[in-house]
Amino acid sequence: MKRLMSGNAALGEAAILSGCTCYFGYPITPQNELTEHMAKRMAEEGFVFIQSESEIAAINMVLGASVAGARAMTSSSGPGMSLKQEGISYLAADELPAVIVDMVRGGPGMGNISPAQSDYLQATRGGGHGDYKTIVLAPGSVQELTEVVPLAFDLADKYRNPVIILGDGMLGQMMEPVDFTNIKPPSVYEKDYILTGADGRPPRTIYSLLFDTKLQEEHNWKLFRKFQRMEQNEVRYETYLVDDADMVVVAYGIGARIVKGAIKRLRQENLKVGMIRPITLWPFPVKAIKDLAKTINDFFVFEMSAGQMVEDVKLALEGRGHVHFYGRPGGVIPTPVELFRIISRHCYQAQSRKRKKA
Amino acid sequence: MKGTITIDRERCKGCALCIEFCPKKAIFISDDLNLKGYYVAAFDETGGCTGCATCAVMCPDVAIEVEKH
Amino acid sequence: MKKAYTRPTLLKPAHFHYCPGCGHGIINRLIMEVIEEMDLRARAICVAPAGCGMLLYNYFEIDTLESAHGRGAAVATGIKRVRPKNLVFSYQGDGDLAAIGTAEGFHAANRGENITVIFVNNGVYGMTGGQMAPTTLIDQVTTTTPGGRNSLIAGHPVRICEVFAQLDGTVYLERVAVNKPTAVLKTRKAIAKAFQYQIEGRGFSLVEILSPCPTNWKMDARQACRWIDEVMSTVFPLGVVKEAIC
Repeated sequence: MKRLMSGNAALGEAAILSGCTCYFGYPITPQNELTEHMAKRMAEEGFVFIQSESEIAAINMVLGASVAGARAMTSSSGPGMSLKQEGISYLAADELPAVIVDMVRGGPGMGNISPAQSDYLQATRGGGHGDYKTIVLAPGSVQELTEVVPLAFDLADKYRNPVIILGDGMLGQMMEPVDFTNIKPPSVYEKDYILTGADGRPPRTIYSLLFDTKLQEEHNWKLFRKFQRMEQNEVRYETYLVDDADMVVVAYGIGARIVKGAIKRLRQENLKVGMIRPITLWPFPVKAIKDLAKTINDFFVFEMSAGQMVEDVKLALEGRGHVHFYGRPGGVIPTPVELFRIISRHCYQAQSRKRKKA
Repeated sequence: MKGTITIDRERCKGCALCIEFCPKKAIFISDDLNLKGYYVAAFDETGGCTGCATCAVMCPDVAIEVEKH
Repeated sequence: MKKAYTRPTLLKPAHFHYCPGCGHGIINRLIMEVIEEMDLRARAICVAPAGCGMLLYNYFEIDTLESAHGRGAAVATGIKRVRPKNLVFSYQGDGDLAAIGTAEGFHAANRGENITVIFVNNGVYGMTGGQMAPTTLIDQVTTTTPGGRNSLIAGHPVRICEVFAQLDGTVYLERVAVNKPTAVLKTRKAIAKAFQYQIEGRGFSLVEILSPCPTNWKMDARQACRWIDEVMSTVFPLGVVKEAIC
């Protein structure tokens, strides 16, 4: 049976169904519905909920809960994610699982509370210090938001690494029918690294200070190999009408939904435009885009930002093809009609370029 | 009457703190809706206002000016 | 006829965005009255918080700036160290000062920074929709304490004035309220006193102001003002907590 829920609340419910027993959060718009949902539901389930004193405290509480063996989650928006970066670096360095949700809003600075996609680089490059990566999942609907939650917890446990769910204010606050029946009970992961008290076993320690540079280097390469395995095994994306496409749009999250509306209009005008929608922003679907570039020359990147994912598209293409970019930063949500106009103009320009060459 | 007040009806949000603390009960909530949709406070000229300015001291919207003879 | 009360000239013409009966409106007005009276417009610099008070730069006819949530006391420190002759004050809510900004506030106080903190205590997070604040009372219902604040999970209300009084760097700490006319006039006096002490270079001052939040307390303005008298001020006693002026 489907329930009508806000993305934020649905995410919270999915987390509980995925075995999350600890939630730590601090109020920030546009994700408060998640914190408030957890305040109510975690108490009902007898799980841990703390409204922490800050986002920094919350990420460190997550670290503690993770060290103790629990599935722990925190959530925030841009300004709070900036605060969490040190904690995320520590989680990666200590090889601890955690799920961190970012409901992106307009920025930088105080910004506004409108949906945006301007935290892409912060999430995928790792705004924290040091060589590390986090898997970044970018759902595109409330239903998909619930589906990436158990995936996030599983990947976090599987790789012993923090995983970021990158949503936005619209995804978090819009209400759609949600079906939780597909969420399976969580798998059990052997956790031989957690601290439980050295009762009948040698003591363990969790640390990331490695004075000996040879050891630090080896630790970095060990993490690097883990990230390579993620790149090999965990890429997720969706394609839409690319088989006969002359131009492929690259967009994610709520941006991809707007693009789908534009593509429907473009197809009515016989403009053969398709879309590739990355679901993992890291690892980025590099191979999928390279494969498309074998037959398709024109890539159109749309983001609700001043241009962040476009860098990854260009890196993936390694100089092949043309990359056009269209962005609306600051929390502006364009309409499908606007995108249809912009993309169709590029289609016609691409067509006339081809005619000139011929 | 020793005092008069003027209430800026577009600033007023009908919170009624002026009414609560007016010692003469010379202010009331009218059935006059302002542009924001609030029922605004209004001055009762027969209320015996002394110009004490308690209403202005309490008004969170600085909507009240007070004159005294 | 003479004017018994007019709008302070230092309030910009913009209408306040605050809810009906919100204490921020009264406090914003009092600060501008005091700055006007003490002729400090040319010297005053205010650091705004994240929270309902964040838009005070639309109302204050003085130099103002926005700080990241909770960092006002640190930002004010930076300003005052560069411009010691200016009147530098931060305006912070209970989340801003007592939750995320505790370290910055505590250490500005501990260093005895010659700034003033105007601390608006309304026992909830207003702007984000009514979540618990560090100053929320036990059993008080908020959106993150739906069953009432339980001290075993969520701790006890924090009395910032008393905590800061322990620090040798603080010189003037008073708790006041804006829930009735006599209280409002006392608040005005406390703000003026704090500013005066700052001008005299005495050290760190803080005025904690119990303020009604009718929307998130789910009361009308009059009930909210009564609640401050009947309930809130029993947990947060009004009066001078510290005045160590030699």
